[in-house]
Amino acid sequence: MTKDECKKLVLDIIADIAPDEDLSNVKPDVRLRDQLQLDSMDFLDIVMELRKRHGIEVPEKDYLQLASLDSCAEYLTPKFNALPAKG
Amino acid sequence: MNSSSHYDVAIIGAGMSGLAAGIRLAHFGRKVCIFERHNAVGGLNGFYSQRGRKFDVGLHAMTNFVRPGVKGTPLTKLLRQLRIERDEFALCEQKQSRIAFGPRGETSLRFTNDFAVLEQEVAERFPAQQDGFRALVGAVRTFDDVALDAQPVSAREIVRRHLTDPLLEDMLFCPLMYYGSATEHDMEFGQFVIMFKALFLEGFARPFEGVRLVLRVLLDKYRAAGGERRMKCGVQRIVSHAGRATALVLDDGSTITADHVISSIGAPETAALIAATPAVAPGASEPAGTAPPGRLSFVETIAVLDRQPAALGWGDDTIVFFNDSARFEYARPDGLVDPRSGVICIPNNFAFGAGRQLPEGLVRVTCLADYDRWIALPEAEYQAQKRHWFAAVQQSAQRFLPPLPSANAYDAARVTTDMFTPRTITKYTGHVAGAIYGSPVKQRQGRTPLANVYLCGTDQGFLGIVGAMLSGISMANYHILQKS
Repeated sequence: MTKDECKKLVLDIIADIAPDEDLSNVKPDVRLRDQLQLDSMDFLDIVMELRKRHGIEVPEKDYLQLASLDSCAEYLTPKFNALPAKG
Repeated sequence: MNSSSHYDVAIIGAGMSGLAAGIRLAHFGRKVCIFERHNAVGGLNGFYSQRGRKFDVGLHAMTNFVRPGVKGTPLTKLLRQLRIERDEFALCEQKQSRIAFGPRGETSLRFTNDFAVLEQEVAERFPAQQDGFRALVGAVRTFDDVALDAQPVSAREIVRRHLTDPLLEDMLFCPLMYYGSATEHDMEFGQFVIMFKALFLEGFARPFEGVRLVLRVLLDKYRAAGGERRMKCGVQRIVSHAGRATALVLDDGSTITADHVISSIGAPETAALIAATPAVAPGASEPAGTAPPGRLSFVETIAVLDRQPAALGWGDDTIVFFNDSARFEYARPDGLVDPRSGVICIPNNFAFGAGRQLPEGLVRVTCLADYDRWIALPEAEYQAQKRHWFAAVQQSAQRFLPPLPSANAYDAARVTTDMFTPRTITKYTGHVAGAIYGSPVKQRQGRTPLANVYLCGTDQGFLGIVGAMLSGISMANYHILQKS
């Protein structure tokens, strides 16, 4: 998986959690919280959807790594690539 | 097939809060079952059919209405958390509501879903209170009302720091108390803030089809997420060992087990399920339930009309909160019913859109009632008192509505009527003492004497139906989803 593909997966999750947000111009280097109205309940949902859909665990100490799309991709792409290949 | 005997989570009660908790948990893969004693979902906000007509109970309007684009409020949080699209609830806004005080409603404050209307009305009727009102609104806006560890403070005390006119004070308290307070005379300030935002800063709306649409959406989500439910199957007792629930005994005598139990039936009601369990270890006494039963109950009259209320000149008001006395007394009445104050709801008066109207006219009136007096009546006397108070409540309420085209126009338009009393509430919802708003003591963190049993719903303390759903969501998140 590439970092761009990873960003796309995160955006897909946000689109389902917050369908009332416009995601067409999300800047990858800006904190998500600063450009979208996402509260702590929404961030918790991003973490839980990552686990539900992709089997990715994000421990609480790493929540800050999900601040922006860029940092999400940095942190999550290796986790995605470490998943056992789907058979 | 609903035949499992072990669940990750068992939920007691299929009302708004239990369903919302169930949706969250099922969505995130928990094996969940909701146990409901009644044959219908909805709990305190349900509907029933009688002689071919469908009646809503509970919900007059959905509070917390905000228009699309407004974010960060309870309604938007709830929609996001339950993955419900705004359009699914198809909310139609109120026309206008009023608080009418005085023997003929001489002092009146109108409010709509635009807060500026209430601000304007306060400025006109209470010019000397304008600055105080603004300061109060500021205090409400900045208060952290969702903190689960807030200390209780008297709302009367805080409001009096800003307002010096007791009439305005009472007029503001009246709707907030009627729509959710389990406390007599006063409210906890956090609860006042929740209700002030829900009614005044946000507003009223409802789906054209009423509460049953909201329930249908919730049930569809719950089913789609894989949640199970067992209807006509209440929980008789919670078996515990060493401070944890170990099993639930159901009404049919069978037993199920669950890692977690969420109870939406109320704090004293849940304590009773736990107490019904014989002590396992001799000498080990469980802490007594700390939540006393509520003292506030209500009657509600429903009149079905052969025409739209607008034909009687009653086409503008969606909800009217009234009081005829010098002070507004929100307390258990010294009699079967206290007709001096109440709430009139005219469900026809929402903006349903051009050409769309409810098939029949409806007028609902709610007044405070004394559970103990109602429950003590022998059957024949109970029926006679219902008839007596139906008429008395209509008479009282009419004083606060525009004059009729002719004196008997309202009586002549009535096709059928119904009325619920505190006895009806306890019969259909199991709430002790007909207390629809539960115990005056709320358990914000939903704790019970058992470590893996949590409360959600009215006794957890988020009010209104949006509050009820958020309560289920918060407790599922806080106690279960965030812990794993």
